[in-house]
Amino acid sequence: MKLSKVILYILLICATISFIYPFYWMIVASLTPESLIGEFSFVPREINFNNYLMMFQKIPIWKSLFNSLFVALCSTSGVLVFGSMIGYSLSRLEFKGRDLLFFIIIFTMTLPFQITLIPNYILMVKFRWVNTFAALIIPALNSAFAIIMFRQAFKSIPRDLIDAARVDGCSELRIIFQVLWPNIIPTIITVGIISFMNSWNDVLWPLIVIRDENLMTMPQLVTLFAVGGRAEAQLGVKLASAVLLALPIIITYAIFQKHFIRSMASSGIKG
Amino acid sequence: MKKKGFKKRIFPYLMVSPYLIHLFLFIVFPVIFSLVLTFHKWNIISSMEYVGFDNFIRLFQDRLFLKAIINTIIFLLVHIPLQIVVALVLAYLLNKKIMMRGFFRAAFFLPVVISGVVVTILWQQLFAYDSGLLNKILMDMGAGKVGWLTNKNMAMTSIALMATWKNVGLYVILFLIGLQTVPQMYYEAADVEGASSWQKFWHITLPSINPTIFMVTILSTIGGFSLFIEPYVMTGGGPLNSTLSAMLYIYKQAFEYYHMGYSATLGVFFAMIIMLVVVIQKYTIENEK
Repeated sequence: MKLSKVILYILLICATISFIYPFYWMIVASLTPESLIGEFSFVPREINFNNYLMMFQKIPIWKSLFNSLFVALCSTSGVLVFGSMIGYSLSRLEFKGRDLLFFIIIFTMTLPFQITLIPNYILMVKFRWVNTFAALIIPALNSAFAIIMFRQAFKSIPRDLIDAARVDGCSELRIIFQVLWPNIIPTIITVGIISFMNSWNDVLWPLIVIRDENLMTMPQLVTLFAVGGRAEAQLGVKLASAVLLALPIIITYAIFQKHFIRSMASSGIKG
Repeated sequence: MKKKGFKKRIFPYLMVSPYLIHLFLFIVFPVIFSLVLTFHKWNIISSMEYVGFDNFIRLFQDRLFLKAIINTIIFLLVHIPLQIVVALVLAYLLNKKIMMRGFFRAAFFLPVVISGVVVTILWQQLFAYDSGLLNKILMDMGAGKVGWLTNKNMAMTSIALMATWKNVGLYVILFLIGLQTVPQMYYEAADVEGASSWQKFWHITLPSINPTIFMVTILSTIGGFSLFIEPYVMTGGGPLNSTLSAMLYIYKQAFEYYHMGYSATLGVFFAMIIMLVVVIQKYTIENEK
């Protein structure tokens, strides 16, 4: 019994090292002078910020951080507000075509995005939204996943609560956002985290619709920096940009890891 | 009074209108337009030219697209079984009575939340032939170097390894949830019968988490078919197009060569394949049940 426990912990610790050590290596390597990166495995001989300084000169990384935050916050707010309104309508309002609409929403989730990608790009060109934040935000304001999550959450709230609010003369929008929202905080957190992460991590769509360096999102800028020649094959500089891209998420994750895990697991199950 | 009734009838449609606009603009119209594009040749700038079935004829003769689909399937065949086995083993270990379960869980989950771009840049260095960490470890152990990304027979497998490392944490959690729903009394009954741990795993645990295995398979199939950023950053599709994924090929056709009609055809065809595979998987699952 004792021995098997020891083996169990050894296995778990090995696995943990394999998941965490690469990130540690990346952070330390980004702080190490180029010529010494190949040599260390745990503690480097020398540390400085030259890689970061060089990166700041080459790409507008802070601008892209702001762009990413702005785009992710806008689309997440849209997903929360519209997702609530539509989820509420589907669960608590009576109207013709409601079940059909719900069926369509479920169906759109099974539709591979490969089929809509190219026409959506053409749409952006025709709307003259290429190289604007509109192309990143507006198509991301609605999410079938969010609607389904909110519908489910509103269904579980007792009817009496809504009826009482209606008797008090609350408008439907006030019912959703003032009466019902405080009761479904876990759903709001889940949908918020998922849509924020989707927006933050998306690279393909920004690559297609944004060409102006000053409007690029952070993952897009880092991708193009790593792929293009501007890092001049300098490993440390590339890694520095990757570290800066990872850092906001690592910090947020360190604080809210339970919420992250629960949200993403539930999106896996529902999706 | 009549006005109020009208308002009440129209109000729900106002509430769902943001989604209806989204639906028609970004889903219904694009799907229809995609189908129209498949019969046209267009570089966006000049006017559209009707070409009949030319795009489809070209597609079925396009060896590179066939290779890209085969590459994507190779990726799935390595990635999915590996992911299920590793996730199941880690979840099984975590499900024992251990200290610091939350810490281990959070550590396994870390790569899941981090951007794929970061993970790809990082692994590009770990896979590097001369200075990469993996080859250094192999050399220290006395083995030879592996051309992780330079060997055309190895490169897609390497990308699948990396994708497994990145995603497995999510599936560990899903399996953990699955394992915790297995009724404890089954194990107690098995203990009374004197079953070995292997027998218990094979006859109790595995059948109980079958639904999770299927769910994981479908989720990673859909995810795997979208493989794009990893080869885009890591190899650009090389060496010798061995990591050219279907999605990367569609992207190149559309946004490097501006073959809008042809890339839309590829997109529609590829989406059909994805839906077909997922439907077959779901059908098999239903039959198993």
